[in-house]
Amino acid sequence: MRKYTPKDNVQGKSYYTDRFWVAPRVPREEVEAGSHFEAVVNALGSQVKESYIEVGQLVVHIDASENFAVIKTLRDECGYKQCSEQSAVDYLAQDGEFELFYQLLNHAEAKRVRVVCRIKKGEAIESIVPLFKSANFAEREMYDMFGIKVNNHPFLKRIIMPDDWEGHPLLKTYPLQGDEFASWYEVDKIFGKEYRDIIGPENRDPAKVERYDTKRFSRVGYEVPFGADISEGEKEQAIEYSETILVNYNAGTKQLDERK
Amino acid sequence: MAQHQVNYASSAGLPIALTTVDHLVNWGRSNSLWPLTYGLACCAIEMMAAGGARYDFDRFGTIFRASPRQSDVMILAGTLSKKHAEFARRLYDQMTEPKWVISMGSCANTGGMFNTYATVQGVDRIIPVDIYLPGCAPRPETLQYALMMLQKKIRKESANMNKNTKQNLRLV
Repeated sequence: MRKYTPKDNVQGKSYYTDRFWVAPRVPREEVEAGSHFEAVVNALGSQVKESYIEVGQLVVHIDASENFAVIKTLRDECGYKQCSEQSAVDYLAQDGEFELFYQLLNHAEAKRVRVVCRIKKGEAIESIVPLFKSANFAEREMYDMFGIKVNNHPFLKRIIMPDDWEGHPLLKTYPLQGDEFASWYEVDKIFGKEYRDIIGPENRDPAKVERYDTKRFSRVGYEVPFGADISEGEKEQAIEYSETILVNYNAGTKQLDERK
Repeated sequence: MAQHQVNYASSAGLPIALTTVDHLVNWGRSNSLWPLTYGLACCAIEMMAAGGARYDFDRFGTIFRASPRQSDVMILAGTLSKKHAEFARRLYDQMTEPKWVISMGSCANTGGMFNTYATVQGVDRIIPVDIYLPGCAPRPETLQYALMMLQKKIRKESANMNKNTKQNLRLV
């Protein structure tokens, strides 16, 4: 929930200071003495670099080289019999690292543990497939989406994107609408690169209307020959977008008044 | 003795109907459009509803076929991902001429809300489309309407035309 701020006299102010509201962090609590989670942390011993409780579940930071040993301990000694999810977060721009997490579930205690470790770009992680079968697809997905190699994985291959895909889409540096390779993928694959000119680039403008295109659009009930010019001398008008007024809220209060 | 001689010249006229080959062939084609059983995403649910008892595509002579060899309409119902584009095109190529394509829903028309790296931005990039059916997802009635529009379109075509090359086929 957003913290309530009094809105009295908000109209009198020239701008909301609330606009640059920053989401609060999830509160972190200490591991309580005598709880189940304290026993878990003790069982892991010196392998734990940092541990705290977040939204009722234990978060354990470990060294990436010890992930197999830590998860084996959690499974065999602490009763975490299920690995519900495993993936990574791209913090390359911020820290130059990936954050890997393993989400484990203990059915007997109804408790969850998240094991977190960090690796640098180009480093590999040890597979936990010998411990949890469910990690097989999760690790393949991590490899597919982030390009993180997993050592001793039985079948490390792309799982979602096609095998001949270039790039790893969940990296923050990967453009949402795809790079050059992605935008021509289906054309190259089906017709070959020489058809790029014929088919043309992707239309990423959702408002684009081609009224006089009789090659790609048949006019039902008003059929015309293929490729015929139906414009009757009229020029197709390019779509004009209304100008977006960008207000620099950092520049001071006067700018708002100058906006027309 | 009773006379059974029919007088053609009187009431009902001659039992002969005159038509053109185009008209006759297109009458047959347009009234037995067999689509391929091929669904890509949620639009396929609406397509199934259109094929089911309530909306009943069979009334139009439209019976879903399980093989592209027996189909003459391809209804692209849903989001076409770039990974799958190759296979959609292969199914289209496997269909025998004459063949028509209905692009069903926003995703098939333009990529829809999936303005991303993994979605084909309009199936007309890889397959020639006859009818674009808007909606997200279109109701079964809309698909019926699209099919009736396609029938209308077929009835106006020359029966003897290869519609993809737009050249008349030589009658053998």
